[in-house]
Amino acid sequence: MAEQTAKRPVSVPLMADLAARGESPEILFWVGCAGAFDDRYKRVTRAFVRILEHVGVSYAVLGMEESCTGDPAKRAGNEFLFQMQAMTNIATLNGYGIKKVVTACPHCFNTIKNEYPALGGEFEVIHHSTFLQQLINEGKVTAKGGESFKGRRITFHDSCYLGRANNIYEAPREVLEVLDADLLEMKRCKTNGLCCGAGGAQMWKDAEPGKKEINVERTEEALATLDGDADVLLNLQGVESTAPVLPAGSNRGGSVIAVACPFCMTMMADGVKNKERESDVQVFDLAELIASAEGLNA
Amino acid sequence: MAKLTAVKAVICYAYRVYFGLNPKPTQIPVHFSIQNILFLLVAVAGFGLFAWQARKIRANILVGRDRDMSGHVNERLWKTLLVAFGQQKMFKRLTPAFLHLIVYVGFIVINIEVIEIMVDGLFGTHRFLQFLGPLYSALTGTNEVLGALVVLAVVAFWWRRNASVVRRFTGPELRAWPKLDANVILYVEVILMAALFTMNAADLKLHQLEGKVLPGAFPVSSLLTGLFPDNLTALAVLERVGWWAHIVGILLFLNYLPSSKHFHIIMAFPNVFYSRLVPQGQFSNVESITHEVKAMMDPSYEVPAPATNPDGSALAPTPFGAKDVDDLAWTNLLSAYSCTECGRCTSVCPANLTGKLLSPRKIIMDTRDRVEEKYNSPLIFHPSLYGPEAKHNPQEQLDKENHTLLRGYVTPEELWACTTCNACVEACPVNINPLESIVEMRRFLVLEESAAPNSLNVMFSNIENNGAPWAFSPSDRFNWADDLFVTEKAPVTA
Repeated sequence: MAEQTAKRPVSVPLMADLAARGESPEILFWVGCAGAFDDRYKRVTRAFVRILEHVGVSYAVLGMEESCTGDPAKRAGNEFLFQMQAMTNIATLNGYGIKKVVTACPHCFNTIKNEYPALGGEFEVIHHSTFLQQLINEGKVTAKGGESFKGRRITFHDSCYLGRANNIYEAPREVLEVLDADLLEMKRCKTNGLCCGAGGAQMWKDAEPGKKEINVERTEEALATLDGDADVLLNLQGVESTAPVLPAGSNRGGSVIAVACPFCMTMMADGVKNKERESDVQVFDLAELIASAEGLNA
Repeated sequence: MAKLTAVKAVICYAYRVYFGLNPKPTQIPVHFSIQNILFLLVAVAGFGLFAWQARKIRANILVGRDRDMSGHVNERLWKTLLVAFGQQKMFKRLTPAFLHLIVYVGFIVINIEVIEIMVDGLFGTHRFLQFLGPLYSALTGTNEVLGALVVLAVVAFWWRRNASVVRRFTGPELRAWPKLDANVILYVEVILMAALFTMNAADLKLHQLEGKVLPGAFPVSSLLTGLFPDNLTALAVLERVGWWAHIVGILLFLNYLPSSKHFHIIMAFPNVFYSRLVPQGQFSNVESITHEVKAMMDPSYEVPAPATNPDGSALAPTPFGAKDVDDLAWTNLLSAYSCTECGRCTSVCPANLTGKLLSPRKIIMDTRDRVEEKYNSPLIFHPSLYGPEAKHNPQEQLDKENHTLLRGYVTPEELWACTTCNACVEACPVNINPLESIVEMRRFLVLEESAAPNSLNVMFSNIENNGAPWAFSPSDRFNWADDLFVTEKAPVTA
């Protein structure tokens, strides 16, 4: 069946406007500070909104009423600041009668889902990887009609706050499955995934003295996995098992490190830059990959 | 046909060797002597000493802050069954898992024979469990096979530990006492097995020379009888030496446990039972702060009256976070006693892997050493045995004010290197959570001392002023939605 395409402007619905009209959206999209301010992750926010618009789900954002969840403060030990932030946000969300929150940030996800209930904020919280998986399962997203990822190599980097912190390992992988790409697992994946180095408020400080940056260690593993470089994989520290058998060869054209977290995005992208591999390896969020495969970018 | 007969013969032979040549129950020999009185004294002293040490350790654990761990009993029991009894998390690494399984099963099964030794020792019987008949042969036979496997596993362990083949057995916290301790355990295990085989082989040969049949099956000791003398008296003495060495060795080892990482054979079980059930990403809520913040946001909020001493006087104020061991929860101190220093946590720690000072194992070991320095130390180990070379800051130790878990043992540099990634928590085979202690100490640094790294203070004030950890204006928060377009797809209508 032939299709015609058109570029449609999107006016992102604000919760305050909906409430003024007496409407309530099905989901509240919690953008997060990185999603709102970080130039790179704003593209993920926009990609995710395109998907929301495409499937026609009723949603809203808080806009300027949103504030940091308090995650970095809590991980850094500033419980006072965390609780101030949490209670302010809970008051906003409860004020609008929000039931269901979707976010593209695993740190916001973990904080709202696990730490807000003790302070009076009980919401159904869904990470965008799980949300995208649901859309795919319902057939609302097919990843057809846009960029083809067929035959390209993709490796998924587990975010600690999605994986170990909340046991979400399969949803992002099922989302990537739909791209029909060549999916490769790093040696340290899922429960054994290696942190990108940004969690626990490390994002905002220099690393302590050491012999290497954590994101470089992780990027080396990702690149070696995509390149099928068994020598590098064998020499990685912290793994006692033997290297997995990888297809040989140097299929370096347009490989992708897939992430599902704004901090992982920054760290892995910096790592790729550090290794001078920007020309052939890109770092993308799941939402960007899906929006682009679905042909939604305009 | 001939083949089948041969197979049958082999099976029959194996059966007879394994289940004993004499399945008929015999009269259990009784010979009460001065040895039995001596044994009673030794056993009472051994168990009494252990009870005395166990009380000290219990008191050490209870200096920690109270934490209500009641409820969820079925869930906790199930987890204990899987992780502690079932060694579930050990099997993330197959080689050590199988070696450990041999020693673990050997420990449990061979200890059934310890019951026999105790009864024989007290009542002057000889191998009283022989009334079990074929079952006794199964027991002794299994013991012998496991005993031999334990020796092989221990040799493999020794090699892995001392030939520097496994990176996690190195590291600054594994010098001095912990390094010695790890080998002492292995040597003791070999000595105990040697005693067992000496006893069995001497007993077996004694019976053979006297033309009697020893109840039980001895597939390993029967291979060793050639090494033993033909002199009846010498054999009788050797049998006694083996018997006494085995039981005295066990009692000594029992009293060595509280000073050793080997204490995990007991403490792993309660530690897994009391480990967290909530998602690993959920950090604890500080309730006293919740009251303060609520009162700040709502002036009509009534802060509940603080807990008081039984006589009505105010309790000493507890600091936010943890400066010393008594500021940690009792479960954190229980964990310190169940740590077997295997280093799986440190070997997967992203900070440690990239050369930072942080080692989750060291934090757990420091916690145990500090609680023993400040409160009770067990019989053999004293924190002074833990060499100063393992400490990062010997100067600061001289400062009495700062001679606490934080700073005296664990430096802020270690704490700030943590990415809170939970890899250490996931890796621990006995469900220890080093992250909890790290966060509690960070809380003390930030809330009591305002001693966060400067860049984090900047992040804090950004959140306070802009509602974001970066210095962006809150009015720009919605700018991402500007000039946003989506490609609309519609089927072409005819």
